[in-house]
Amino acid sequence: MSQVLDLVPIWTLILGMAVFFYVLLDGFDLGVGILFGLAPDAPSRNTIMNTIAPIWDGNETWLVLGGLGLLAAFPLAFAIIIPAVYFPILVMLLALIFRGVAFEFRFRDAEDKTFWDHAFCYGSVIATFAQGMVLGTFIQGFRVSGRQFAGTSFDFLTPFALLTGIALLFGYGLLGAGWLILKTEGDVQIAARRHGRICLLGVVLAIGIVSIWTPFMSESIAARWFAWPNIALLAPVPIATAVVAWLSWRAFGNDWQVTPFLGAIGLFILSYIGIAISLYPMIVPHHYTLWQAASSERTQAFLLIGTLVLLPVILMYTGWSYWVFRGKVHSDIGYH
Amino acid sequence: MDLDPVLLSRMQFAWVIAWHILLPAFTVGLGSFIAVLEGLRLATGRNVYVGISTFWIKIFSIAFGVGVVTGIVMPFQFGSNWSRYSDATANVLSPLFAYEGLTAFFLEAAFLGVLLFGRKLVPPWAYFVAAMLVALGTLFSSFWILAANSWMQTPAGYEIVNGKFFSTDWLAVIFSPSFPYRLAHVVVGFYVTTAFVVLGVGGYLVRRQPYGEEGRTMFSMALWLLTVLVPLQILIGDLHGLNTREHQPAKLAAIEARWDTERRVPLTLFAIPSDTAETNYLTVEVPWLGSLILTHNLDGEVKGLKDFPVDQRPPVAIPFFAFRIMVGCAVVMLGLVLVGAWLRWRGRLYDTRLFLGLVQFAAPLGFVAVIAGWCVTEVGRQPWTVYGLLRTTESVSPSLTSFDVAISLASYMVVYLLIYPWGLFLMLRIVRRGPKHSDEEGSRIEAGRPQAPVLAGTLDLAEGESR
Repeated sequence: MSQVLDLVPIWTLILGMAVFFYVLLDGFDLGVGILFGLAPDAPSRNTIMNTIAPIWDGNETWLVLGGLGLLAAFPLAFAIIIPAVYFPILVMLLALIFRGVAFEFRFRDAEDKTFWDHAFCYGSVIATFAQGMVLGTFIQGFRVSGRQFAGTSFDFLTPFALLTGIALLFGYGLLGAGWLILKTEGDVQIAARRHGRICLLGVVLAIGIVSIWTPFMSESIAARWFAWPNIALLAPVPIATAVVAWLSWRAFGNDWQVTPFLGAIGLFILSYIGIAISLYPMIVPHHYTLWQAASSERTQAFLLIGTLVLLPVILMYTGWSYWVFRGKVHSDIGYH
Repeated sequence: MDLDPVLLSRMQFAWVIAWHILLPAFTVGLGSFIAVLEGLRLATGRNVYVGISTFWIKIFSIAFGVGVVTGIVMPFQFGSNWSRYSDATANVLSPLFAYEGLTAFFLEAAFLGVLLFGRKLVPPWAYFVAAMLVALGTLFSSFWILAANSWMQTPAGYEIVNGKFFSTDWLAVIFSPSFPYRLAHVVVGFYVTTAFVVLGVGGYLVRRQPYGEEGRTMFSMALWLLTVLVPLQILIGDLHGLNTREHQPAKLAAIEARWDTERRVPLTLFAIPSDTAETNYLTVEVPWLGSLILTHNLDGEVKGLKDFPVDQRPPVAIPFFAFRIMVGCAVVMLGLVLVGAWLRWRGRLYDTRLFLGLVQFAAPLGFVAVIAGWCVTEVGRQPWTVYGLLRTTESVSPSLTSFDVAISLASYMVVYLLIYPWGLFLMLRIVRRGPKHSDEEGSRIEAGRPQAPVLAGTLDLAEGESR
């Protein structure tokens, strides 16, 4: 079968979008789970939970699509990366189990609500930290031999991965705070504005440290960042990050309802672009490019046809389900 | 027994998927049941259907929640423990998995939110549509995952280049030889499983409150469905068996513990098969019946395991016994359905307390049959992941040590043994409270320490500066 079109860039875009949607959507509801732990009493915990109860399931589905999309479009990367982060993935999955069942169990099980409150909060914290470690391990790269991961299951334990783990806690916390400001009023919102600012400080600090650390860690990334004319072409990214961070800081302080969430999204988009610029075109850093790891054209074409039809439909009805549950949430109504 | 990473990875996969499959086995049927109830409510305007539907939606929400989070575990198993399998089969199988996500998971997730929280927010017709789409999502999911599983059992439409599978014909990949039979057998099995749960719960409610309309209606609906589906399932199972004989003769030989290829084989009711001695002990057999059932011909030939090299035979005991457990369940189910039909005909369906009590014990029967059937088909496929082409031992991730997998397996065991009984307990409590119970009363009960934050220590730290 002769292919007129190179499908790899298209799949890179689709997968990049799917992963970003996951980070954004489950990011804010994991962040809500983290901030849930700081809520002072049961009514505010109920309110916080109710802001995401009807939609968390759909948000988490993007994780499945991200994983399966990687398997489908770039199977070699899937077969190398996932074993390399064996334990972070395990911990993430187990933590997601606890926080996921907490939605129903907490509501059905008034006697043990405290236990499931803990499960929800700690599950969110641990899942986020594990995802951050996966990110850090990915940026650092893996030991590879042939078509397989050649390191041990404990290679992920590095200072850099610990840093990205902590960074993502602040990052998701920031998204979660933005979401809570959007969906709540009164004391819950006031607390979210305060927590959001703390998370913003953490995020800015983490972006700074990662940006200084990364070029020291990888010569190729250093070369890409600092060579002329790249340094001029790429300069807008850090500048835009600083501007968005400053606007976010102001948004948390004012009475703006939507801007803090948009600001958090902006920071995630910029960080995401930063990582993509640094690693492209590698999908297994230092070893395999997107093209080398890609599945066959037949496979990519077969899946692309359906994806191009289904993805817009999914976005439409997912949008509708968000619209059904629009507006501010209160603790006493809306649940079941 | 040597606990190498392959065996431990197999145990881990068996563990996470066996627990996971219990939930689709229930939610596929329950999703459809809820959609039917909402449809009937829309058509007849009778409130009894709302009562039954709301009652089952509460149970559905717990089962579905656990199903989602244990389902997310599954695709990652392919990467974490079976990376060589992933590398070899991705070009063929991954689109099937991805299409499951695209056609099923998003549909279920988006409309489940409306089903659980939106009854007062959307018009009744939209609520019905949401229920239908959730049900449809569960069926799409079954379609794709069974297409993938069937391809691993009876691969078709592929070529092998450098040890990797590539598709040559997508329709042949999706509709591989065993797929239609497997799909029908599994989906009907899921419906039967759910119907027995509804029947058991209905029986319980009728016993407790003989004139409660909700209990009687669900009891009757479940029994009608089972009266059709249980005989149908036995028929489909028979056809599925013929298909296995044609495409996976070694699996059939293991199921029947046949060692020698023979005609006019007996039906082995019981035996203790021995892989090493290549024979059976303590056999109880019915002459000729084996050939009749397996080939639909008294003189039919059934292949024996000795026709296959030792390293290409599945272990015999597990498929052999699991198959007998599954068929045993079917026999009991058929008996119950026949008795139920007779009672209905005599007009004594709702006041035969013995039968109402009996069906309560039969409620888990479908789950037993599903797990047993799954053991038959998956262990019967061994020693292959892709039948006859890719060995299980060549599918595992090379970087894993026994220690790694032992830790992950133990973790999954602890977590699942906590979550599942807890979920079951909560579902049983909803059943005990019955359809008349409203959530508002329940949610007023507050316990624990409602006035303190979960992260009390962290909070003091974080708030230090602002106070």
